[in-house]
Amino acid sequence: MTTIALNETSTLVYQRPHSLATCNTNYCPGCTHGIAHRLLAEAIDELGLQERTILVAPVGCSVFAYKYFQMDGCEAAHGRAPAMATGIKRVQPEKMVVTYQGDGDLASIGMAEIVHAAARGENITTIFVNNAIYGMTGGQMAPTSLPGQKTTSSPFGRDTQMTGYPVRMSELLSTLDGATYIVRRSLHDIANIRKAKKAILTALKVQMNGMGFSMVELLSSCPTNWGLEPSEALHWIEKNMIPAFPLGDYKVHEEVKSL
Amino acid sequence: MTKQMLKGNIAIAEAAIRAGVEAYFGYPITPQTELLEHMSKRMIELKRVFLQAESEVAAINMVYGAACTGVRVMTSSSSPGFSLMQEGLSYIAGSELPCVVVDVMRGGPGLGNILPSQGDYFQITRSAGHGDYHPIVLAPASVQEAIDLTVLAFELADKYRHIVIVAADGLIGQMMEPAELPPMQAVATERPSWALTGAKDREPNAIASFYLKAEEEEAFNQKIQTTLQKIQKTEQRSTEFYTDDCEILVVGYGTAGRIALSAVQTARDNGMKVGLFRPLTLWPFPEKRLSELADVVGACLVVEMNAGQMVEDVRLATGGQIPVSFYGRMGGVIPMPDEILHEIETHCRQLKNCEGIVTLSERAK
Ligand SMILES: Cc1ncc(C[n+]2csc(CCOP(=O)(O)OP(=O)(O)O)c2C)c(N)n1
Ligand code: SF4
Ligand SMILES: [Mg+2]
Repeated sequence: MTTIALNETSTLVYQRPHSLATCNTNYCPGCTHGIAHRLLAEAIDELGLQERTILVAPVGCSVFAYKYFQMDGCEAAHGRAPAMATGIKRVQPEKMVVTYQGDGDLASIGMAEIVHAAARGENITTIFVNNAIYGMTGGQMAPTSLPGQKTTSSPFGRDTQMTGYPVRMSELLSTLDGATYIVRRSLHDIANIRKAKKAILTALKVQMNGMGFSMVELLSSCPTNWGLEPSEALHWIEKNMIPAFPLGDYKVHEEVKSL
Repeated sequence: MTKQMLKGNIAIAEAAIRAGVEAYFGYPITPQTELLEHMSKRMIELKRVFLQAESEVAAINMVYGAACTGVRVMTSSSSPGFSLMQEGLSYIAGSELPCVVVDVMRGGPGLGNILPSQGDYFQITRSAGHGDYHPIVLAPASVQEAIDLTVLAFELADKYRHIVIVAADGLIGQMMEPAELPPMQAVATERPSWALTGAKDREPNAIASFYLKAEEEEAFNQKIQTTLQKIQKTEQRSTEFYTDDCEILVVGYGTAGRIALSAVQTARDNGMKVGLFRPLTLWPFPEKRLSELADVVGACLVVEMNAGQMVEDVRLATGGQIPVSFYGRMGGVIPMPDEILHEIETHCRQLKNCEGIVTLSERAK
């Protein structure tokens, strides 16, 4: 990282988090995956966890996340990040293990792995980026796609008679006794981004204190595959996604409140 | 150490523990389950990692995760479960990580049954997942060999940063016989430099099998191939019986090889010049020794508990020099020594009548 010397009159108000690598990302302009990365990196910096965190990247647009963070990382098979994270964490319980997963990865192909990681109270943290679509493969229907949503594999709009309804993962996982902290936040505006950051900090603290499974679901934009301008995409989250995926705290274990 | 009566599955588990396995992840499936059960007790007693996964898919990905941290890690399963592990195995191979997988094979395809089979030969030796690679495959024919090969499996896995599969079958897993366990090794405390241990006082480590550019992916493939060639050169293993003067060579591995030995012994008692070649490594296939033997024997009989899978490797190794025939039982049926003996006798008759088989003495001319 290049450090710019400050003169006496200037103060540093903004810089790249140390936990973010200096490389460019593959994300499309306006994609909020980048914001999710930054929030996670800031939280890791603030808690001083960079040197003991291992990131498990998914298969999805964030497949290179293990390169985008300046810390140890690996690449899981599609959907299997929670199982891989379990293997890492069980052997090195003193390390911090974070999975970063999309909605296709976590709520479709990897449904079993996330449910059982949560049920076991696996002491890991999951950042769940829900953009209601399969971004990486070019915009097919996800288990989180909204009724009527047009995708490249639901060209007439998601037909609930044929393909059912969106899966609400935070609600679903919150029913499990092993889950300690499950919340849903959104990345569509600054106030919500701030709340998302706070939630990520709490989720990491849950893991630091050995309290069990934590997940922050982030409603995220995919301007490219939604066919919208970046700003319209943010509006689309607010208008269409939040009603289907209400923001809130779905599981906050009693002991988390003392953190 | 003294010999004790041990069940194959338990012997493998205990051998792995004594070889310093630090983490085990698995899912119950007959005829392998005692292995998992033994681990569930012993690993916890020893304060190592045991976890019953939600599926074989999860188990192999837990193995993948643990392998990233540089510890000795294993899983075990039986055929349908092994099928489920293939994607994970491919990622492990693509990330050049060491691990040990035990497959206690059973009858198939489909749900099949829980009886001994060697039907997984193709799926284990060819690649055990998508992409170009072969795992190292070890095939025990007794409880003692299962113990010894399990210890070897961890050594080879670490040596080559590669997957090693112990390919047993339901018979080896379930039977009890006297065997000696190795002494307890201490678990390694050092972690390899590539392990994911947190980037403290060093640059971050990344473990992945992802190359967007074809040239980069090819270069990585070439690297794996170089490792595999080295393995092929140095790790071929086999054992043989009565091969000094044999005219007919029976080839079989694991349980089939062991039963074939009884048949070969009876044939010898009856004056037939028969020998047995038993591969211990199914990959790399012990082709060097087999092709030497092909120079001096008149014919080969391959015996397997499947429809004929290793027979293809025997044909490749013998390069069309001698006739190679096959005898197999499928679906969990174990061939009896007298069935194999009958096949041997047929061969001997053909040899005598020179029905398409050139005998050793003729070839010497
Ligand atoms: C076993 C397997 N099946 C399918 C794929 C193809 N695939 C790659 S990414 C992806 C969907 C990713 O969508 P999501 O998890 O929502 O992430 P996003 O790209 O939207 O961030 C699929 C289906 C794969 N790589 N592996
Ligand atoms: S395809 Fe969508 S999710 Fe993927 S990087 Fe582009 S905008 Fe982001
Ligand atoms: Mg998505």
